[in-house]
Amino acid sequence: MRLNPNRLRNHAAALLLSLLFASVSITTCANADVRPELKAGVFNPPYMAPEFSLDGTKNSDVTLARYRGKVVLLTFGFTNCAAVCPTTLATLAQARSGLGKAAASVQVIYVTVDPERDSVARMREFLAAFDPSFIGATGTPAALAAVRKKYGVTAIKQGSGRDYAMAHTSSIFLIDRAGKLRALMPFGHDPADFVHDIKFLLAH
Amino acid sequence: MRPHLLKLLMRVAGREWRRLTAIALSLLALGGIGWAALAPIQVSSHDELFEIPHGTWARRMAGEKIEILPHTIHLTLGLNDVLLLRNKDEVPHIFGPTLIMPGQSFSLPFAQASTYSFQCTAHANGQLNVIVEPTPAPGWERLHWRWRKLSNAVWHSPESHHH
Repeated sequence: MRLNPNRLRNHAAALLLSLLFASVSITTCANADVRPELKAGVFNPPYMAPEFSLDGTKNSDVTLARYRGKVVLLTFGFTNCAAVCPTTLATLAQARSGLGKAAASVQVIYVTVDPERDSVARMREFLAAFDPSFIGATGTPAALAAVRKKYGVTAIKQGSGRDYAMAHTSSIFLIDRAGKLRALMPFGHDPADFVHDIKFLLAH
Repeated sequence: MRPHLLKLLMRVAGREWRRLTAIALSLLALGGIGWAALAPIQVSSHDELFEIPHGTWARRMAGEKIEILPHTIHLTLGLNDVLLLRNKDEVPHIFGPTLIMPGQSFSLPFAQASTYSFQCTAHANGQLNVIVEPTPAPGWERLHWRWRKLSNAVWHSPESHHH
């Protein structure tokens, strides 16, 4: 059988067209553009944030129940941290400043992953440099490890001697006024994203 | 003489018809390619879903090695830029950047093209990388994206994308 070049060309063109039209149907079939309402990662459904009781820098124990009615920003770190913790705390301080009066409805809790060096006094001094309202929390290594486990937080000692470092989870947990763990903001977001999400959580 | 002339006319008309058809198809094809290169891309969902199947923990306890998340996930801004992690197992799992309870999902949006690294104990090297590419620009990038999408739709079942 002889192949007709014209027919072949027509068939090729028809095939290309049908492929392109198929792609139209694939990419435009439904435009239900649903994006999450928060800048942070959202838990669905949200569950109650795991409770803990640790030594606080405000001369009392730190529990989440104490801050019901406020949005709690919970983060883990250590005062000798060179980059991640100072950046996170400065970002959270700026976010609180950007909230105006609503800042009174926000509580930052910073749980140490380095109880060996982070005494209550050391944490109080460290946090005051960022925002005097921030609360530090420490405890026995076992108590802190239990809290980290509940939140899926990792903390690994790196190096030895006095200048060791701690590789740790750098995300910030967002807990709503009812005590539910609603979201998790990865490290690197700017204060505006926190302001956006805190306002949303205060309203919802 | 008359039948001969009619035959000739029909042959000429047939040739012209084929030529016109070829031209029309070529124009349509060009239009399609132009559309594919220039039209904004719209998607039905921004989610890139990864699920921990029911029974994963039990299988791991039985000694089976199960990799749920790849070491590197590729996302594209404006298209599939929400990482959706879902735990369908009966126990909590560290999944990507966080701990996810049974029956719970975690939806993480990305707003900037960059490479993100998360600590992830589910991986042997303890790290998950998410590479977020910029939205395909009009022209070759969009055409290429549509072609890749079409190829995937034709050659792969939806399950093959979701581990």
